[in-house]
Amino acid sequence: MRELTYLRPDDAAAAVAAVSGDPEARFLAGGTNLVDHLKLGVARPGTLVDVSRLPMDAVEEVGDLPGPLGTGLRIGANVRNSDLAADRRVRERFPVVARALLSGASGQIRNQATTGGNLLQRTRCVYFQDVTTPCNKREPGTGCSARGGHARYNAVLGASEECVTVHPSDLAVALAAVDATVVVLGPDGERRVPVADLHRLPGDRPQDDTTLRHGELITAVELPDSPGARRSGYYKARDRASYAFALVSVAAALDLAEDGTVREARIAWGGVAHKPWRATRAEEELRGRVPDEEAVRAAVRVELEAAETDDQTAYKTTLVEGATVLVLDRLRQGGPR
Amino acid sequence: MDAELTLTVDGRRRTVTVDTRTTLLDALRERLDVTSPKKGCDHGQCGTCTVLLDGRRHLTCLALAVAHDGAEIVTAAGLGEDGALHPVQQAFLDHDGLQCGYCTPGQVCSAVGALDEAARGCPSHVTPDLGEDVEARTLSDEEIRERMSGNLCRCGAYAGILAAVRESAEAQA
Amino acid sequence: MSPQTPQVEVDPVRVVPSEMGRSLERADGVEKVTGRARYAIEQAPSDALHAWLVTSTVARGRVTAVDHSQALAHPGVVAVLDHTTAPRLEESDNAELVILQDAEVGYRGQIVALVLAETSEAAREGAALVGVTYAERPHEAELREDNAVHRPESVNPDLPTDTEEGDVDAALAAAEVVVEETYRTAYESNNPLEPHAVVARWEPDAEGPVLTLHDSTQGVHGVATALAPLLGLEPEQVRVTASYVGGGFGSKGEPHSHEVAAALAARAVPGRWVRLAVTRQQMFAMTGYRTATISKIRLGAHADGVLTAIEHHALEQTSRIREYAEQTATPTRMMYAAPHRRTTHRLARLDVTVPSWMRAPGEMPGMFAHEVAMDDLAIAAGVDPVELRLRNEPETDPETGLPWNDRRLVECLERGAEGFGWSERPSEAGARLDGEWWVGTGVASATYPMMRQPGNQARITALPDGCYAVSIGAVDIGTGARTVLAQIAADALGCPVTTIDLEIADTTLPSATVAGGSSGTSSWGTAIVAAAQQFRADHGPSPDPGVSTTASAAEHRAAQTHAMHSFGAVFAEARVHRLTGEVRVPRLHGVYSVGRVINPRTARSQLLGGLVMGLSAALLEESWRDPRFGHFVTQDLATYHVATHADVQDLRADWLEEDDQLATPMGSRGIGEIGIVGTSAAVLNAVRHAVGIPLRQIPVTPDQLVGALPGS
Repeated sequence: MRELTYLRPDDAAAAVAAVSGDPEARFLAGGTNLVDHLKLGVARPGTLVDVSRLPMDAVEEVGDLPGPLGTGLRIGANVRNSDLAADRRVRERFPVVARALLSGASGQIRNQATTGGNLLQRTRCVYFQDVTTPCNKREPGTGCSARGGHARYNAVLGASEECVTVHPSDLAVALAAVDATVVVLGPDGERRVPVADLHRLPGDRPQDDTTLRHGELITAVELPDSPGARRSGYYKARDRASYAFALVSVAAALDLAEDGTVREARIAWGGVAHKPWRATRAEEELRGRVPDEEAVRAAVRVELEAAETDDQTAYKTTLVEGATVLVLDRLRQGGPR
Repeated sequence: MDAELTLTVDGRRRTVTVDTRTTLLDALRERLDVTSPKKGCDHGQCGTCTVLLDGRRHLTCLALAVAHDGAEIVTAAGLGEDGALHPVQQAFLDHDGLQCGYCTPGQVCSAVGALDEAARGCPSHVTPDLGEDVEARTLSDEEIRERMSGNLCRCGAYAGILAAVRESAEAQA
Repeated sequence: MSPQTPQVEVDPVRVVPSEMGRSLERADGVEKVTGRARYAIEQAPSDALHAWLVTSTVARGRVTAVDHSQALAHPGVVAVLDHTTAPRLEESDNAELVILQDAEVGYRGQIVALVLAETSEAAREGAALVGVTYAERPHEAELREDNAVHRPESVNPDLPTDTEEGDVDAALAAAEVVVEETYRTAYESNNPLEPHAVVARWEPDAEGPVLTLHDSTQGVHGVATALAPLLGLEPEQVRVTASYVGGGFGSKGEPHSHEVAAALAARAVPGRWVRLAVTRQQMFAMTGYRTATISKIRLGAHADGVLTAIEHHALEQTSRIREYAEQTATPTRMMYAAPHRRTTHRLARLDVTVPSWMRAPGEMPGMFAHEVAMDDLAIAAGVDPVELRLRNEPETDPETGLPWNDRRLVECLERGAEGFGWSERPSEAGARLDGEWWVGTGVASATYPMMRQPGNQARITALPDGCYAVSIGAVDIGTGARTVLAQIAADALGCPVTTIDLEIADTTLPSATVAGGSSGTSSWGTAIVAAAQQFRADHGPSPDPGVSTTASAAEHRAAQTHAMHSFGAVFAEARVHRLTGEVRVPRLHGVYSVGRVINPRTARSQLLGGLVMGLSAALLEESWRDPRFGHFVTQDLATYHVATHADVQDLRADWLEEDDQLATPMGSRGIGEIGIVGTSAAVLNAVRHAVGIPLRQIPVTPDQLVGALPGS
């Protein structure tokens, strides 16, 4: 860990100015991933700009969001994962978000981790986290050790020669399924980025997890109400029953017509790509159909036509298919959120 | 770069000079000789360093001390009143929810925090219905296990810990 | 010092239980639930220097240069030691411990330098700034069937490498039922929750010990005995304490290189305390692990499942720099009856860190293989798995021909089957789908040898008011020794446990062997009994305060005339999700025959802990070595999964009432390891029964299952 300059500006604009003016500066919020990386040597910033005490810690009703209803929730970037998951409005109107949060990390970490920070956590690829091995994401141009190595967590969709890792956030997958938007403050003011466009595929720049520019700060996440969001759910398949990253995960929001056919299905997958993967082809396949097991399997297989697997990752296509069946079946049956 | 900060630890106000790189855990253990929170992994993967920070269970290994100036910290050594054991600690002894003892202070703090979360109605991953009210008194075994899963015990004292936390939960008003 | 009689050797006689058998609360429980118990690193004074290890980033080669300049320029860094600047060690054939003496690198993660600094932050960064360059040589780090060809002289601890009896090939050719399969276990890392750590001080001119170590170890005297000759000292010049130890599971059973590093660091700054904490990641490289194993097993049987031939070839790996041969096939030698038998062990010698003891070395992977093979035989012969084991029960030890001390496996199996509801089990696999879950049950036998180590002494000293100091350098790594030894001492002296003041965990006390091999309580307890009985002979029922007796127990003669083992039976229920292949184990029950249980509370915890670790091995644990680099890349507790609370459901451990006087004067045998033995096999057998897939390796994870499930 390099020697650190620690700053705690009083407002978001000052924090943005502090980071954007210094290429070696980084924002610090809950710290659950950044402090980890400081110790590992994965991150070696010279300055930390602490945004954890900025007043971005409320969940508020808003009425001017895009989407069919216009209403929704605006979640401050500093709202802790545990508080967001416990929020009654989130539990009722966006159960997929609460479920995704509760499936992540541990009680302690959820008390500590923030909404913004959760989205910006970095891959848990073992080579990314081990500074003694080559990794294009950590050190561009050195190579990708995950290819041909410990690969069972690797991506099966949208990977590049340079990087085959996956994004670890559960929350991001849920947000992708409810068409959330991220509010970003930069040196030139505020902009809005759909969550689906926040993270990127690795391409030839695996070092960039997101489309944010250096110094841009997530200040809030907006969740637009929709009928599907109320009928939404999450399933995380993992080795361990708790406190483990996903092998694959599925977030889905289902809007059903009265005859049980799909008006709109929104499906996002975690653990399969460098970003939350919106299964838009599968969604299209399901429109107008009863989402029974057979239909869901068929739809998922259309989406997975683009999948590329190896010996260690071939299971992921089967697993994501099974988990998607599981989630949609539960949503179709209704019942408890 | 050094920084001076004030922490309230187990009811005592303490001033400490830290490196800006010092974690809250190292500030406690190495600079204040508060060794009740243990270091098991130093990366947020085991839970042994759990304390109650401003009333909530919190890891101290993934927190920079300098970012927590003014915080109130309660460790397992400060949970009980007037030198007595906290009821959760007594329950751990009664059910032998420990062996080597290294994860135990973190387990105890986590249990206290988890029961408080349940009392505040917070759901968990295994809560059957997010619309339902959660209360500590009626937590199922599955709920307790899930809520305590951020604290690894390599000795495998989970059965005793479960019994201890369940007894503590049932004793809640 | 109190007046002492010279040490004598005593043949102890049976102790009448009074305190033994009581479920006393842990003697150190309050210290542990409050966190006031101080573990090794917490003994460091505030001005101790912080040591941080620099480890090799190549698997094989030579260090060509070590640049200290950037590290020394970092504020707070005091010194950098490397192979050119570290104090010299005496010669030793234990290459694992001889560090910083030459430029050779034998494995990735080997200590190549260390940094001393005023704070841990400076030490960590200093270590990152040490510039080490290497001349790398080609390495081999992958265990395969075709490179496991080295025949060790013996296997751990000093057992025959190969055994053969009868004509296995002929028996197999004639057998009505044959099983011939390969079974695999993964690399596992012990991962006690307390990382290895040492606080050391070197005082060359001191009247007392030259080197003092507050260590996290399973045996204080073992550390002193191993380190002293390396450092050119007598064992008495090395004082080692281990007041509290946060688990070991074998990884703290022998000293590893970090303990030598701490001693060298202390020697470099005489008079100053040095604290050295191994990081979790470094533990995977330098504190031992269980080798992966490949067991090639052939079983021949009559149509009714009665075995005629058993063959077990164990293929595993060791480190090229120091040999360790896991005794994987040894339980196969004594477990079941069969006239024709053969076992072998072969090793791949790799450029990797040194494997070592992990809870039930040999028995854990070996019984996994053998007990899953028995499931294969049960299926092939169409015999119920419990019944199959009953049919193959040997009357005497098949390996030695000796009578058993007290083999009660049949009772364990029968009692376990009844409690578990085994009779309701459908004989067909893949027969029960409950909602989204395939459900199955499995069984496995467990065994572990009973061992009483020579080399233990205890001292009894009369205190005022009818109390006694009982002193022995034993260590409580979480087993409950602190509680149980006091119970033994009380009964041996014929007084209440409240009168016993037990002193342990310090080399200044009478010498004790390691807390390992399930031998601690047997070995230390027998020495305490010997000392107590001699004390009474010397000083009578009302001794004057201050009188003292030190004694050791005579040789364990019954171990020459009887095959001494403990046994158990493990029953598991497994559920496999039909869509995701995720596995849950709702029930895991063990019934054990382990001699007298001295403290049911602490004993149950140890047995349950073994079950948890066996479950964890079955479903989760794998140190995944990347052969390209030579090290384990799953090197933390997020990527090396051990069982969480949520993975563990209904656990039970019961035992038979026993008093095994052939084993110890307490009637006890030892319980630390048997809980993990057979457990992984029971779990895998249950998974196999749930889904009807012939699985033969652990851990079994969703990726192996999801595409192979019925209906997928």
